[in-house]
Order: sequence, then C-alpha cells, then structure tokens
Amino acid sequence: MANLKSIKKRIVSVKNTRQITKAMKMVSAAKLRRAQENVVAARPYAKKLGEVLQRLAQSQDSDGHPLLEKRVAEKALVILVTSDRGLCGGFNANISKAAERYIKERKGDYAEISLLTIGRKGYEFLKNRQTIRKNYTGVLSTLNYQTAAMLAQEVIAGYLAGDYDEVFLFYNAFRSVMSQDITLQQLLPITPPEAAAAEGETPPEYIYEPSMSELLGELLPKYIEVTMFKAMLESVASEHGARMTAMDSASKNATEMIGKLTLVYNRARQAAITTELMEIISGAESIKG
Amino acid sequence: MAEKLKLELVTPYKKVLTEEVDEITATGSLGEFGVLPGHAPFLTSLKVGELSYKADSRVFHLAVNWGYFEVENDKVTVLVETAERADEIDLERARAALGRAEEALKKLTPEDHNFRVYESALERAAIRMQVAAKAARK
Repeated sequence: MANLKSIKKRIVSVKNTRQITKAMKMVSAAKLRRAQENVVAARPYAKKLGEVLQRLAQSQDSDGHPLLEKRVAEKALVILVTSDRGLCGGFNANISKAAERYIKERKGDYAEISLLTIGRKGYEFLKNRQTIRKNYTGVLSTLNYQTAAMLAQEVIAGYLAGDYDEVFLFYNAFRSVMSQDITLQQLLPITPPEAAAAEGETPPEYIYEPSMSELLGELLPKYIEVTMFKAMLESVASEHGARMTAMDSASKNATEMIGKLTLVYNRARQAAITTELMEIISGAESIKG
Repeated sequence: MAEKLKLELVTPYKKVLTEEVDEITATGSLGEFGVLPGHAPFLTSLKVGELSYKADSRVFHLAVNWGYFEVENDKVTVLVETAERADEIDLERARAALGRAEEALKKLTPEDHNFRVYESALERAAIRMQVAAKAARK
C-alpha cells in the first residue's frame, strides 16, 4: 500500500492540473465565441462574392483567364491550415495525417507536391517528412483580412509564375463546437461555384463597367483571398472548439482521478488507524497478561 | 416597379447595412454614378471613395475601400473590403494617416515598391476626411 503522504501529494498535483485545464477551457470558450462570430460575419461576404463570380463566369466565355485555365498538372501545392498551439486533442494530428495521406495517394499523379503550412503544429508534424515550401506561424492569433489577402497574393503569384499548377487547401471546417470537418478544397485553378440549377430563366443582361474580363480579372484574386480568409477563420474557430472539448474531458478525467485517489487515500488512512489500534490493544493485553 | 432599392453592404468582417433606400451614389472605377429604383442590371468595381445613399430624404455617407457594386431587380449588393459610416470615422486618425502618407511619399520615387502602398493610404485617408467633413456639416 502506497504511503499516505505520496497519495496526498498526487491528489494535490492532479487538482492543480484540473485547475489549469478548467481555466483553459474557459479561455477557449470565450475565444470560441469570438471566433464563431467572425466566421458567421464573414459568410455573407464570401457567399455574395461567390454569387457574383458565378454569374460572371457563367454568362460568358471566361476567355481563359489564367486563374481559371486548367493546365497540365505537374506540380501541386497543398496548403495546410493547422493551429499554432497544441493541447487541443486530435485537432492538428488528424488534419496533418489526412494531408500526408492525401499527398502519398496523389504522389503518382504529380511530378512534385509541395506544402505550404499555416500554423506551427502542421509544420512541425510534416517538416521532416515532406517538402515544405513555406511556413507561416503566428498569423492565426491575430487573423485579419489583410494577412489573408497577403498570403493569397503570394499563392497566386507562385501559381502564375508556374511554381505549381494546382493548389489544394486543407482545413478544419467549423461544424459545431464538438465536431470539425477536415475539408479539402481545390483553390486553383478556380472552379466557379456551381450554378444553382438555372430554372429555365436566362440571367438578365448585365451592364458591365469596366469590361467583363477586367472585372473578372479583379474578382478572381479577391475570391482566392476570401476563400483563404474564410478557411483560416473556420480553422481558428474549430481549434478553439476542439481545445474546449479536449480540456473539458481532461477536467472530467482529473475529477474522476481525484475521486479514485481520495478513495485509496481514505482506505490507506483507515488501514493505518486499524493497525495502530491493533498495536495499542495488543500492547495493553500484554501488560494486563 | 419597386419604388425603393434594397441596399445590402457587406465586408469580410460584418454585414454593415441592410436598408431600403431611395437613391445611391458611389464612385466606380470609371467615375461616379448614381442608381435609382428600376435600374438595369449592372455590375461594376468600386474605387476607394465615397458611397452615399438617400433614405427618408436624409443622406448618409460612407467611406468605402475597393469592392464591387451590383444591381439586380432593385436589389443592390455592395461588397467592399472596408466601410465606415461618416460618424464612425476617427478624424484625428485619418489626419495623422494623411500626414504620414504625405511624408513617406515625399521621400519615395514613383518607381519604389512602397510608393503604391502609400499612395493608396493617402487616398483612403483623404476620402475618410472628406466623408467625415460632410457629416460634420450637417
């Protein structure tokens, strides 16, 4: 039987851990709420932009804009969005593994697959196994549209320069607090969002100012920016959700453990008392005898 | 024909406005234009500039930054990167930004990479001040 003092010590240490996990859960809950608001706020913009793009791409010859044009796919780029910090359950490991699996599967289709990681965790997971073109850390904690736009510009520049012919985006889509969906999306070349089954009506003739191709040329990079921005927002929200769930179960486990340890502690204490009593009684007996 | 336009103004951060309005004026990439109810379907890109609309015979001003303007069936959708109402603009900050951009531009040549950056900063600050001044006059 473990001695009383060491059990007591463990109880205290588990209690401390529980306090930390509880605090982290609270922090994540607060951050989650903010992140969730951001996701919801960004949705209308992304949706509208998608609608405009769809109309533009559908109503005419998109004239082989370089961002729409399908090229012979030789080199691919995979963008992986993870978090900068850990302690959020399987959040980072799951998506990193999924990305790695995907790369392995598609290895035969491309001459080269490189990676761009956003977030430290994904980078650390894959840095020794795959070629990483570039890594961004610290952009997620203070995420704003400008940063996302800058990233998107870099991706587009690389695409236009022929560094890669197809770009895929891996991120955790925010479904609910408890669940995230690992999402794979083709970023480039752009496949315009499917038209919602044109119900026999022809789209009205639009007046375009300046010309349609100029508009499209401006709109397509914007679309990439927004898509990336949205992916990053969703990933941040998912991260906080995952951390909250992980910390919640950690707190629960700690409570359970404390219960078990307390039981052991009390038993040990009782056993010690019993032994002591036995000693006293037998001592008294022997004096009497 | 509807007598009002349904104006929706969204940025990546939030939906700024959803309102029934009588008239909209904005700065397109080819110049300023106005939209009244019954306008033909229309799509244009917007420059850094001013967007104003009239509702209940009151005029509201906003400073907007890069975006798209779409009219369809008296529904107007404006997608911009930033939008600030006249009364939200921090005049002090805009003035400081204007000063900063001017200083920086003096030192740079048009070939410089940062020249464009500061030029657009200057433009934005100037528009903000212009819009804020209009609100103050009322």
